Order: sequence, then structure tokens, then C-alpha cells
Amino acid sequence: MRAKETAPGRAIPHESASLHVAGEATYVDDIPELAGTLYVALGLSSEAHARIRSIDLEAVQNAPGVVGVITAADIPGVNDCGPIIHDDPILADSEVQFVGQPIFAVAANSYTAARKAVRLAEIDYESLPAVLDVATGRQQQSFVIPPMHLRRGDAEQALQSSPSRSQGAFSIGGQEQFYLEGQISYVAPKEDGCFHLWCSTQHPTEMQQVVAHALGIDFNQVVVEMRRMGGGFGGKESQSAIFACIAAVVASKLGRPVKLRLDRDDDMTITGKRHGFEFAYDVGYDDDGQIHAARVDMAAQAGFSADLSGPVVTRAVCHFDNAYYLGDVAIDAYSVRTNTQSNTAFRGFGGPQGAIAIEYIIDNIARQLGKDPLQVRKLNFYGRDERNVTPYGQTVSDNVIHELVDELESSSDYSARRKAVAAFNRDNEVLRKGLALTPLKFGISFNVVHFNQAGALVHVYTDGSVLVNHGGTEMGQGLHTKVSQVVALELGIDVRRVRATANDTSKVANTSATAASTGSDLNGKAAQDAARQIRNRLIRFIAEEHGANLADIEFAGDRVSWGSGEIAFDELVVQAYQNRVQLWSDGFYKTPGLSWDREAMQGSPFYYFSYGAAVSEVVVDTLTGEWKLLRADILHDAGNSINPVIDIGQIEGAFIQGMGWLTSEELRWNEAGRLITHAPSTYKIPTITDCPQKFNTRLYQNHNVEDTILRSKAVGEPPLLLPFSVFFAIRDAIASLADNRINPPLRAPATPEAILDAIDALRGEHQ
Amino acid sequence: MTAVRFILDGERIEIEVADPTRTLLQYLREDLRRVGSKEGCAEGDCGACTVVIAEPDGDALRYRAVNACIQFLPTLDGKALFTVESLKAADGSLHPVQQSMVDHHGSQCGFCTPGFIMSMLALYHNNPAPTRADIDDALSGNLCRCTGYRSIVDACRHMYTDYARVELDEVGLMAELRELRRDRGFSLELEAAHYHAPVTLAELAELYLEHPDAQILAGGTDVGLWVTKQLRELPAVIYLGNVAELRRIGVGAEGIEIGAAVTLTDAFDTIVPHYPEFGEMFRRFASLPVRNAGTLGGNVANGSPIGDSMPALMAVATRVRLRRGDQQREMALEDLYLDYMKNAMQEGEFIEAIVIPPRVDALLLRCYKLCKRYDQDISAVCAAFALRLDGERVSEIRIALGGMAAIPKRAPQTEQSLLGKHWDESTVRTAMDSLRREFTPLSDMRASAGYRSRATANLLYRFYLETRPGQALDNTAVNVFAVTA
Ligand code: FES
Ligand code: FES
Repeated sequence: MRAKETAPGRAIPHESASLHVAGEATYVDDIPELAGTLYVALGLSSEAHARIRSIDLEAVQNAPGVVGVITAADIPGVNDCGPIIHDDPILADSEVQFVGQPIFAVAANSYTAARKAVRLAEIDYESLPAVLDVATGRQQQSFVIPPMHLRRGDAEQALQSSPSRSQGAFSIGGQEQFYLEGQISYVAPKEDGCFHLWCSTQHPTEMQQVVAHALGIDFNQVVVEMRRMGGGFGGKESQSAIFACIAAVVASKLGRPVKLRLDRDDDMTITGKRHGFEFAYDVGYDDDGQIHAARVDMAAQAGFSADLSGPVVTRAVCHFDNAYYLGDVAIDAYSVRTNTQSNTAFRGFGGPQGAIAIEYIIDNIARQLGKDPLQVRKLNFYGRDERNVTPYGQTVSDNVIHELVDELESSSDYSARRKAVAAFNRDNEVLRKGLALTPLKFGISFNVVHFNQAGALVHVYTDGSVLVNHGGTEMGQGLHTKVSQVVALELGIDVRRVRATANDTSKVANTSATAASTGSDLNGKAAQDAARQIRNRLIRFIAEEHGANLADIEFAGDRVSWGSGEIAFDELVVQAYQNRVQLWSDGFYKTPGLSWDREAMQGSPFYYFSYGAAVSEVVVDTLTGEWKLLRADILHDAGNSINPVIDIGQIEGAFIQGMGWLTSEELRWNEAGRLITHAPSTYKIPTITDCPQKFNTRLYQNHNVEDTILRSKAVGEPPLLLPFSVFFAIRDAIASLADNRINPPLRAPATPEAILDAIDALRGEHQ
Repeated sequence: MTAVRFILDGERIEIEVADPTRTLLQYLREDLRRVGSKEGCAEGDCGACTVVIAEPDGDALRYRAVNACIQFLPTLDGKALFTVESLKAADGSLHPVQQSMVDHHGSQCGFCTPGFIMSMLALYHNNPAPTRADIDDALSGNLCRCTGYRSIVDACRHMYTDYARVELDEVGLMAELRELRRDRGFSLELEAAHYHAPVTLAELAELYLEHPDAQILAGGTDVGLWVTKQLRELPAVIYLGNVAELRRIGVGAEGIEIGAAVTLTDAFDTIVPHYPEFGEMFRRFASLPVRNAGTLGGNVANGSPIGDSMPALMAVATRVRLRRGDQQREMALEDLYLDYMKNAMQEGEFIEAIVIPPRVDALLLRCYKLCKRYDQDISAVCAAFALRLDGERVSEIRIALGGMAAIPKRAPQTEQSLLGKHWDESTVRTAMDSLRREFTPLSDMRASAGYRSRATANLLYRFYLETRPGQALDNTAVNVFAVTA
């Protein structure tokens, strides 16, 4: 849906669009610097696992421009910045746990001086055994948190009695967030032991807390301000903490403003990524392809510490079903400790990893039965009134996947194209086309119930302009735009009168991360609550002052009217002010009705589900494994969209980003555990040519059955699952080499090499 | 001290540079506090720092998008610079390129946006009616992690049609630039480093004899990274970009002669009409900003095992002309490379020109590049095949490969084994085996040794399919990038 087709006033551009295009949008590194600012660079471990015997920083200290150096010993408070479990040192103390772990920090008069000085350090290590891959860690029972187990029914029994089984393994790589703006923190010391931080983070409150812990001071001594990030994607949820803490410790020790901006290579070397997963599965099904039982063992590469692996793996477990009823289920999930970066949040947060595994299995079943995978997918969709309970015990009560997929199937001309693809493949010896339609269902809410709360602050000034502040952060997803729209709607004013301002821990306290796609659900509601209180006060005022009937009062078009009269909004607020009506308010929201039993892995962790589906058509070169996406059609459920153009942007962006994860983005470590794809020269995210010539994205006409903000649905993460269709279209193209009867062992990311491997394996088996 | 002089927003700027390896991006962000240009990688791979440079090209003005993060500030001398801050009109209204981006929702987090805007500005001035392929090419060096690009493509399509056209005062700018022209080279002899920018070949040859340890700098797309990434100090730099003779392109009976300082963009534009089979590889060689800055001479001099131009050039018997003082010599390109990052040039010797012979009759030629991404990726394998048949027998064959050895290399054994053979399936199958035996490539982050071997052999097969007598396959039957939905 393009701007023209949508309701007027809602499809408005991003609130900062005019600033973005003019280079006038301020990111942390663009803030005018305070006099005396120092620049910090970090000294990193060159060993994957080692005891530090000694650190000699004399040459570093004496290098030109250097003002100070810190190590773990300089941290006045706690040397930890882990978000859940306290196993994340800010600076490595006696032991290093991955190549790239920060050991010391240098502050100098220039960025370059600091970076050059870092290289002069002499660190003596005593190597320790390192675990560098999931399989080894799994075998050694090396876990960052205890394994998780979910059971429904008797999967073993059901498998035994199933007419057919699909058994095998599947591996999926991790993914670097590659936010265009790298991690950065800028810290200014203030009077009385206080600190002000500008930090590119999705979680200002957590930054406030970890910095206070590191410095051994109270939360009220730290203010974190965040106007906008140049992308986050989960990578700045917990992992901005280490940089905020180091910068704060340096600022505290030297009493100077301190900026820590990471070089891209350091950023990629230090920070965690999307978890790669290894799956082993055993699924029982009948002759139609209906699944009766599933047993899956999933092992995630957690890296050296827990970070957010617990909730990530929980979400993977809770999305293994994707849109399907699976019968009896047994899932065992492991968060494997490896001596690599500590993996973390990345858009989808384990959900995509869990869901792609079942898609792989269904794809197998279809080929084993000689059916079109779409048929088997549809057959296994959750039912409306039966077969509608997830393995974790939540009833799927808002299911639209049947209608949505039917609509996409016909609008994308699926069956005609299926025939055309087959015809193409009959006529071509080198190139093969593939087609796939994949669905998605994605649960919305934080799996931790208490995170599902938000606060906001709305100020109406006496000229009728409005300022809104809330607990969410803007990283490009359009949250501030949507929240401003909500406030404008509530007060019946033009959205241009509303200005959303930087997230600031001194304005709204104890906020949750802007994550789990909940940004506008939570903060939109909180801001609406604040605006509604002001509106209600204005209504009472009008009733008293003008004798209006409460029920008649309407706010619309920058005016307020009632039966007999009306007044411009800005005049009204002046009158209200003069009559001592409070024109600002806080607002609060908590998501109703959530429950989660972590031990049993049962409950209703999601407020509602989002749905979507995509059809992709690709062509694959069977000699080299090169491929190209020819066309993609998407139908996605954003509920009653607050801003269709922003939602379309989220959907398309997630599609291409997810396609990168599944195809060109390959993380590689060498035998020493060093990440060797640590820059855009070696780590390849999609570029413009990868965006298909035919790219049709539409919003599914729906509204949320739950009472969400304006009945919309969250749209940040779910569409990351849409490009499964690309991966399975590639697999479909490969399978055509063996008449679609053999399952190509395709791993993700499906690089040309992975594709050629699958082709060669298939040809070997086929002959 | 000599000042570096250039035009910014129509005004002449003269600055004393303390460190000649200070990058243009550092200068913009830190000295001028024009913070619209962003740093996303500092290695020419993300485009967040893209600026536009204008230079006279004959009587016209040429606009080139380049990566400010790897351009050394003094190389700006004599040019006009535009940054994202240059675009708004005096009344504060947005430029059509900017307004179209707003109206088509082409920014989300906005961090990549200034770079996109500048690539789009260059496109706006250079191409009045771009196709989708032209748009992709123009933006091939700009990464966006948020949008998925569709909205940006739309913004490009509409920036011409939906808004009143904005032109620059090119005549005035040309006049200003003419005033900045130097007839003699200039040098910055600073404490931090020495920088020389000769303007004649003779000056250059003399300088380099005098300072054989100096680092030669052309486009800076490699040397720039030594400074931003490896933090190397370069005590002496000699910049080729102003040497008139080296910027020359000659096309005649002797073939095509490309001066060592000719940009990849200009070199490719010259070569492709003669060797259209190189078109796709040239497009994929690097992003447009890198092709706009980097030089063919630089790629050849660098001699990286994964440089893409060498296999192509070797396949068509290219020679290099070297110069040392007033001595010239020429050699076959393949003879330039001795071993990993070792070449046959002597102290004080440099590449003056690349000489590509005229196309021979009945040449069957292909060049293939394999990597993970279409735009701006380094090859796992680059393979060029040139064949002439006598009837259906191989009378001449050249196979040149990148990514398969420590240097870009021909495949003499396989070539030899093919000579005189009937060009058929069984010959080619045998040659594929030979090719696999002849090379022992490495495994790295781009591909495994096994993939490189298999795929290279398969590329020979693809070449055969495209050239087999009587039943050659069309490009659309072998090339995924030539297929449409
Ligand atoms: S900063 Fe990435 S290309 Fe210059
Ligand atoms: S808008 Fe965020 S990277 Fe392009």
C-alpha cells in the first residue's frame, strides 16, 4: 500500500525525515563537544581463552596525546554490566574469554592518538582451552544457563505411532546487527558526583543502572539521554552497556568529558550478534503431511556469557511452532557457552531461528510426499476453534493465517507461477528457478511479564504546541512519529504541533528496553493515557466554563467544539491555563493478562500474535551457486496501522535484512577464535541490487482483537520471518535438479558456496 | 607553507594542512563541524561519508561521488566539494533529491541518508533519466540497514519528475576552478609527513627517483585504509592524481592506452565498447564511489591476488608500461607479478600506462566474478577466458584467474593442454580436471579452497556452454543476473 491509498493524515513521513536528508539530524557523535573532551580507545584480548599473567601499559601511558589509562582495577563499583546474570565483566580482570574482550581503555586528546596508543600494550597470556563451536560446547555440557525443556503430551509415543518420520539436522548461522551508526557513549561529569550520558542505546534505564553500579553511586546521580540511534536492531539493547560503563569510569577517574566511539572493526569484534543455532529434529506425520509429533533439540551459540541468551532461547522455543499445530511436542534447548562474542538481541530475538526450523521440516515432509510445500503448510496451520493451542499452552485466538495466505496465494498468482517455474526448469540446463510461500505467526510482548509496562509525559504549552516524552527510543522505526500521531489524535490537533523529544531517564523513570516490537504498543498507550488526562481536564473545564454538555465535546481539526460553540485549541489552552488547569500529565500502561511459568515453559506470554506471509521467486546458477531474487510479494498484518508508510518501511526493511541473514551474511571465525568477518569489506549485508525489481508489499486489512493502541499491531520484528520464502525458494530451485523428490541439505546462510554444496550433494545422491 | 585550495559551496577555501593523511571526513566533521557526513566504516565500504566532488572534464563539469573517509585532504586541491549541507536552497527549502527522499520515505534511522543523498545528487547531475540498473549502480556503494532500498529507488525515480529542476552555476564554478589550476606541482613538507603532488610526468619521475621510499598515492581506495585501519604512518606520499600525462586515455590502432591515474570509472567506460564482455565484472568490480576514486593503474600496481582487473586484462594480452626516471619499458601484465605482493618493478619505477591491444578477430571472451553479493564485494574467484577457434579447434586460449593463487595468474598448463583440441564437451571436461590440478587455492572468509576449485572448473564449463560451436547458450541461459521474473 502506497501513501496515496491510505487514510489522509496517517501516512505521514518520519518525524525526522527532513532532518535526515539535510544531514541535520543529530546523533551522539554529532553533539557539539564540551571543552576538554577526551577520546577513548579499547585494548582487546588477542586470545580466545586465557589467564592474564601481566599487563604492561607503560608505553601506552607514555604515548603522544595520552591522558590516562584504566584497567579493571580502576572500576570503583562493580565490574559487571550483564543485563540478567552477572557474568559480563566491563574490563577483563584476570581472565579473558574471547578474542576481542576489552581489557583496558586509553583516553587521549584525539581519537587517532588513543587508537595508536592501544597498540603499544604488552599483555602476557597463559592460554587456556577454548570452546569455539556449538557442537563442542554441547558435547562438553558447557552452558551459560541451564537447559530448557518443554513437553506437551508424549512426543516419543506419538512419534512411534506416526506413519512417517522426518529426521535430520539443520544449522543456521548468526548475524551481525550492522547498525550503520556504531556503538557510542559520550559522558560528562557533573557536580556532586553526577554524570550525564548521551548513549546510543535502546535501553537508557539499564545504562543508567549499570553505570551507577560500575561507579558505585545512586541511580539518581546518572542521567541518560537518547535522542536517536542510527539503527539498533537489538544490538544496542544490552550491549551498549559496556561502552557506557567504560566511558563513565574514565570520565569519573579523569574528571573530563569522555567520548567512546568504536571503530567498526572493534565494534564487530567486541559485540554479540544474533545467535546461530544447530537443530536436530524428529517429526512424525501422516500420509497427508499432517504433523502428529515433533521432537527437537536446539543448541544456540550463546558466546562467553549469558547476556540475553535466556530470553532469546525461550523465544526460539516459543516460535518453533510458527503457524502450525504440532501435536505432541518435546523441545530441549541449550544455550551453549563458547569463547566468542556474547550473542544478544537481534530483531526477532530467537523467534526467527525457532520458526525456520519447522519450516525446514515441513519443506522436507512435502518433498518426501511429493507435494507442493504450500499444501503441507496449509494443512498444518493452527485451527480456528480446534488444534489451536500452542505447545506452551497459549490459545491462538486471533488466527488469520488461513485467510491471509489464501489472499496472498491468489494476489501473487502462485499457482500459475508454480507452473511457469516448472516449465522454465524443464527448458534450462544451467539455471533453475524456485518458488516458495512461507507464513509467519509471531507473539508480541516481552516474555518477562514485568517488562510490559511504560510511562510517558505530555506537556501542552500555552501556544498549543505539545511536547511528548516517553520510555521508548527512536532507532528509525518511527516510534516517535507514531506516538506523536497518537497524542495528536487524542487532542484533536495537527501532528505538526506535537514534538517527541529525546528519551531521558530524568523525565520518565524505570523504562523497559525498546525491544520485542513493543515500542509503540506500550509507549503509545502510555502517551495516550497522559494525553487523555489532559483532554479530560479540558473537557471538564469547557463544561464548567462554557456550560457544554460533556458528551458533546469533540476534539478535532485543531478545534474543540460542543453543541453550541467551539474554540481553537490554542485559545482553549490559554483559557485553561489562566483558570489554573494542569496542562501536563504523566501516563502509564501495563499490558493486561500475561503469564509465564519459566520452569514448565507454559503460560500465555503473548498479548496477541502478528501474522504475515511472503512469496519469493529466485533463479539459481547450478554451476556456481550464484542466485538472484526475482520477485517478492508480501502480505502482512499490522492490525489497524497507525502509519501505513512507516509499517511498510519496517516490513520491507525486515524482509531484506532477514534475507541477508539467510543468504549473504556469513560470520566466520578462524581457528584461533578471531572473528575474520569484522567489517563491511568481508561481511556482506544486502545492497540496493539485492532489492528485487518486483517487490509488492501490502498490509493485510485487519484490526487487533485486543485493545492495543488504535487496534494496531507491532511491526518491528515479525516481518523478519518473511524472507524464509527466499531461502526455501532457493531450496526449491535446487530440488528441481532431482525432480523435487530429494531434500537438498541446504544450510543457512545460503551463500553461493552453501548452495553449490547442496547441489553437489543432491547430484551425488540422485545419480 | 603551501595551502590546499578548493571550492566549498561556491567559496574558495585555503587551508594549511598539518597532516597530509588527515582524511576529508575528519576535516569535515572535526574541523569544520559539518557533521552531516557520517562515519560508518572508515574503509570505503558503507557510503555514509559520501560527498560529491566536481572537476572540469574538458569543457564540462564532472560530478563524482566519493568516500570522504578514505580521501586524504590534500587530494582535494583544485576541486569543488559538495556535502549534504550544501544542498538546501537559501530559503531553507529542500533540494529535489532531498524532498523526494522525504516524500518516498527513504530514510528510517537516517544515518545512511546523507550518503545516499550525495550519491543521488551525483546521479541527478550526471544522468537525467536513469534506469533501475543505473540507479543501482549509482547507489551501489551505499549501505542501508533499515529500509530495504525500495523506497530509495522510488525516491530516485521521482526526484526528476515531481520537482522543479535545480541547476548549479556550472559556468561560475568552472571559472573558479580554472583559477585554482596549478601549472607546477606543489609539495607540503610538514613535520608529520611530506606530500608531493606533481603535475607533469617528468616532475613525478624525478621526485620518485629522489624519494623511492615515498608511498605512491592515486585513488587512495587502498592506501587510505592503511591509515584509517592499520594506523600506519606514511612519512612521504607522492600523489599521481594531478599528473596530466597519467590522466590521459588514448584509443588508436595500437589499442587502448590508459594512464596510471585514470579512474576505474573512466578506464572501464573506455574499455567496454571494445570488450563488452567485461561490462558486468567492471560494474561489480567495486562500488561507484570506489570506482570514481580508484585507478586502474592502482589496481594493477597493487597486484592483489584478489584484484579483479588483472584476470580480465591478462586474458586480452594487456601490457604495462613502466617508467623510471626517463627510462621506459613495457612488459606483459602477467610478468609484472612475481609472488604474493611482489612485483618486477625496480626502486623508483612506477606504472605509467596500461596498454590493451586492439581486439582480435573472432575472439570469444568472457569474464566471471564470483562472490557473496552483487554489488561491491571482493571476489572469491574472478576468471577470464579468451578463446579463438580454428574451425572447431582451439587455436588460441588464455585463462586468467584471480583468487586462485598468491598472485593473479594465467593457467599455462591447462591452456597448453587445450591447444589444437576439438572444442567439445569431453575436451572441456578434461580441461576442468586440469584446472583443478593446476591451482591450489586457499580457504578464507570468502570461500573454501574446495569451492574455489570446483567453481573455477565449472566456470570453464560455463564458458564452453556460451561458446560451443553451433549451440552456444545465450547469456540469459547461464547468468542469473540476466534473468527476469
Ligand atoms: S565511512 Fe563507510 S564508506 Fe566512508
Ligand atoms: S535508514 Fe537506517 S541505515 Fe538507512
